[in-house]
Amino acid sequence: MGDAPPLLEARGLVKVYPGVRALDGADFSLRAGEIHALMGENGAGKSTLVKALTGAVPPDAGEVRLGGRVVRPRTPVEAQTLGISTVYQEVNLAPNLSLAENLLLGRQPRRFGLIDRRAVRRRAEELMARLGVRADVGRPLGSLPIAVQQMAAIARALDLDARVLILDEPTSSLDADETARLFGVVRGLAARGIGVVFITHFIGQVYDLCARVTVMRNGRAVAVRDARALPSLELVALMLGVSIDEARAIGGTHARAGSSADPALRSRGLRRGRVGPIDLDLRRGGALGLAGLLGSGRTETARMIAGADRPEGGRVEIDGRGVRPGSPRRAIAAGIALCPEDRKADAIVPGLSVRENIALAVQARRGWWRPIGRRGQRAIAERFVRSLRIATPGVEKPAGELSGGNQQKVVLARWLAVEPRVLLLDEPTRGIDVGAKAEIERLVGDLCARGVAMLFISSEIEEVVRVCDRVLVLRDGRAAGELSGGGVTVESVMRLIAGEGERA
Amino acid sequence: MRDAARAALRAFGRAAPAAVAVGLLLAFNAAYTPGFFDLTTVEGRLAGSMVDVLNRGAVVVLLALGMALVIATGGVDLSVGAVMAIAGATAATLAARHGVNAWSAIAAAVAVGAAAGAFNGALVAGAGVQPIVATLVLMVAGRGAAQLLTGGQIVTFNDPVLNFLDAGFVAGAPMPVLIAAAALACSLLLSRGTALGLFIEAAGDNERAARLAGVRVRAVKASAYVLCGLAAAIAGLLAASDIRAADANNAGLYLELDAILAAVLGGTSLRGGRFSLAGAALGALFIQGLTTTLYLHDVSPNATLIVKAAAVLAVCLAASERVRAWIKIRSRP
Amino acid sequence: MTPRGPDSRPLRRLRALRVPALLSAQHAPLAATVGVLIALFAACAIAFPGFLSPGVARNLLVGNAVLGLVCVGMTFVIISGGIDLSVGAAIGFASILVASLVQQGWHPLPAFGVALAIGTAGGAATGALIHRFALPPFLVTLAGMFCYRGCALMVSERSITIRHPFHRTLSEWASGPVPPAVVLFVVVALAGWIVARWTRFGRDAHALGGGEESARLMGVRVGRVKVSVYAISGLCAALAGVAATLTTGAGNATAGHLYELDAIAAVVIGGTPLAGGAGSILGTVAGVLIFGLIQEAMPHAGVTNSWWFRIAVGGLLLAFVLLQRGLEGGRGR
Repeated sequence: MGDAPPLLEARGLVKVYPGVRALDGADFSLRAGEIHALMGENGAGKSTLVKALTGAVPPDAGEVRLGGRVVRPRTPVEAQTLGISTVYQEVNLAPNLSLAENLLLGRQPRRFGLIDRRAVRRRAEELMARLGVRADVGRPLGSLPIAVQQMAAIARALDLDARVLILDEPTSSLDADETARLFGVVRGLAARGIGVVFITHFIGQVYDLCARVTVMRNGRAVAVRDARALPSLELVALMLGVSIDEARAIGGTHARAGSSADPALRSRGLRRGRVGPIDLDLRRGGALGLAGLLGSGRTETARMIAGADRPEGGRVEIDGRGVRPGSPRRAIAAGIALCPEDRKADAIVPGLSVRENIALAVQARRGWWRPIGRRGQRAIAERFVRSLRIATPGVEKPAGELSGGNQQKVVLARWLAVEPRVLLLDEPTRGIDVGAKAEIERLVGDLCARGVAMLFISSEIEEVVRVCDRVLVLRDGRAAGELSGGGVTVESVMRLIAGEGERA
Repeated sequence: MRDAARAALRAFGRAAPAAVAVGLLLAFNAAYTPGFFDLTTVEGRLAGSMVDVLNRGAVVVLLALGMALVIATGGVDLSVGAVMAIAGATAATLAARHGVNAWSAIAAAVAVGAAAGAFNGALVAGAGVQPIVATLVLMVAGRGAAQLLTGGQIVTFNDPVLNFLDAGFVAGAPMPVLIAAAALACSLLLSRGTALGLFIEAAGDNERAARLAGVRVRAVKASAYVLCGLAAAIAGLLAASDIRAADANNAGLYLELDAILAAVLGGTSLRGGRFSLAGAALGALFIQGLTTTLYLHDVSPNATLIVKAAAVLAVCLAASERVRAWIKIRSRP
Repeated sequence: MTPRGPDSRPLRRLRALRVPALLSAQHAPLAATVGVLIALFAACAIAFPGFLSPGVARNLLVGNAVLGLVCVGMTFVIISGGIDLSVGAAIGFASILVASLVQQGWHPLPAFGVALAIGTAGGAATGALIHRFALPPFLVTLAGMFCYRGCALMVSERSITIRHPFHRTLSEWASGPVPPAVVLFVVVALAGWIVARWTRFGRDAHALGGGEESARLMGVRVGRVKVSVYAISGLCAALAGVAATLTTGAGNATAGHLYELDAIAAVVIGGTPLAGGAGSILGTVAGVLIFGLIQEAMPHAGVTNSWWFRIAVGGLLLAFVLLQRGLEGGRGR
């Protein structure tokens, strides 16, 4: 087995974007008939690697080999022709066309120059049957459940003679039955000699399905291991870049003095989709860390509390009074502020100036007829530019032109300006330099001292442990356990994330 | 201080293409159109080509102001021409056929404009209908409604107040110019003197972020349409006053396209976000100035259409990201 | 337990109720249109004696053959996710061009050929601009409209009667039982239907409307499809202009005035959402027939005023837009 050349191989891939090395000499190898997991947290380089393999983004250096031969696909369609197909998380087919049409788009069998619709239907049914899936091929794709849509994408790839199939987070929207069915199909594909790259963040599924695991971090593959020989704790450590021995050395932080016992905010039974039910309490003057891997439900929880998403069940109370769900305005009026994870989509208004971005939430709360005025906005903005050390030539610069880290600070400033009673920070230090990180951590301490109740989400466990006096660990959308006081250590958090004790 | 200057420069920068266009037009006229800049007074009223441009351009200025706000929210309002017709018809029939006093007739017309805007706003912000389709409804049905009011005839009126709207002048300045200037001032006050302009820009530039920041996005969008309807109603009154009649068929015909062009020329991006009211006004004046210049040079008005087409394309290309990227690649050493 | 697809929940409930496939959300818009058509026809047949006459049916088709031709092209453009505002002006241009050429001694057939060639080329150029520079179709086709109208008026501002034996023969057919304009409409509609449903190009256009990025990833040659749909639209508009000359025996630069709006309205009423991706030529034909029915029915009902037609169309448009929005909302788009 070990002597045959790998089916798909990437060597030394490099991709540099302005300011960031998305791929820094990344290697990857996939054998025929293998199901190989590709894992890594945000910014690790997973998606860039996939884009390089599939021709969406040409690498700056390095090479890709398929079946031993060097290939340089310039578009995903070229990659498809070579035999590398991708099933994207959003499926990326045409939801308005029928399943059958999607499978055969561009290759429909014809009779006398016109599409033979009956033959299209028949062939589509054949293709789906090959996967063992029964579906009404005549229905518009968008009206079918996502699980079936994914099967259609896989069937299309198969029909295009895919030798390598890349599945990008396929189980995020599936329930347990659908996931099991997908796994059955994937195993069948592997048995036929197709190599499958399975991108996921669900540790359990990795062990269920995959033979080998490649963990990426900072643009390189930091480990390639046989799944059976990799304990989950070690996997988590690899993904987060923490060595277990170091982890043992970092102790817990002292309980915050002055953190009152009665909660400023309680959430009970919050759930939405795969996430929940979640119960958590935020205490005045205390910081609760929310830890877990990507996809564990941390951001979803924060968004539900802040009214950004409407929960399907559960409630949020501040000082005993309920907050109407699903309305950011009401949450802000109740004193809850969320500094979101995706600053580009959810926070930064790129065309507006730094001043306007920072003052926006405060102004929104006052209403349109009570303007703060330019001078007032300047004062607010300049105060935060100074205190957060936002690197900008002036507050009039359009926020979209700032670097990512400074944009993050602008967003933080916006929510600090509102002087909330409850502050939810979702990855506040992502993309920020080390000096600024320390400042933000100090800021958290200051806010706690002033009696603000904080929720702190971060993928960096050491940071969570340093900053927070209690930590709630989420796994697969549920609470895996809560730690407090001296029990808050990197190792204990990691064990909860890994589900140590439930799996080898 | 330097910062404020830079901000003013940036705001001016948005309106710059329109200002440059107007500047070029003026330069052309200075060189090739004798007597273009002559100002005389005829019976106490200012006259001359410049005055003409401002006077005739007032209607499109009004429309462009409202359109800029709507475009800034990421939408468009195709119904402004029809709303002009409805407003004119309302005022004319009330005044001429029902003996209502002029001020009430004007008030009714303005209210109808606001109602039309509210209708559009409800469809777009409330029901989430695409702006083109939503405003198409009134564009199609509106003229029918106007004709319903006038009974299919051209309703003439001869009311001193209504006539004054177009024919009158104060201190030499024709009323339409004063009305347009007042509208510009009011809209500047409303958008920059309150936080409404900020909210409109935020909602148009990144609706999700605005919503999460606590901006009432739906209300803000709807109000843009209401203001646009108001502006269209006032424009309709001016147009009716001009001919002392309400012509439901022809009032404001194709003017919505001029208004969109003026707003876009003035620096308001079709994608939504930042807008410039001064730029929109300048854009409207450019369009009118172009028409007048060509007329003075005995160029058939049909050629104006072709020039307008070229202007629209030029504006699109200038705003296109792909063109900018292409230029950047070309200009790299 | 229930799957988490973004669209599946309400439709799952619908399926659980075992609603017949014909009424599923996919077919609902077309079903609604055809339903309205049948209901309207039945109502007219009952209410107006003598409605069920071949004369009425003939008027129905002849009166709307020109609009129908334009709608076929417009359907393709809208399905692919675009919009074409230039078609009305293109009709006028084609019509006056043909008349002018014949007046200068050309035989009608090559004159038709030139008009069709220019229409197609113009459309293709539009599509190329839109694709190459990622320009908004709304504005580019707006420029096209200005351009066509200007050129048409430059050819001649007055209508030109076409005096040519060949043309007279054709026009005589126009007053006979099978007018050439209607034949043209039927043939083109049939061809459009076949292309949309049974050719790879047609399916590619639908895929494009479903999402440009996804279509590209599926191997659809986005540029080619875009250029082609606009070329088709231009061709259909030119055909409509030619048909207009056959019906009226003259060329007129103002022919097709405001037809782009009627076309968009008819296409939307016919079940094609403006966002693209769905819709059918059949639906469009039904939409055009509804237009025609309302126009035919009004004189029978004693309604001689044209404004009710506009209001009715606006109301229908509103109803269908809300219906589409309601279905979309259920699909969670």
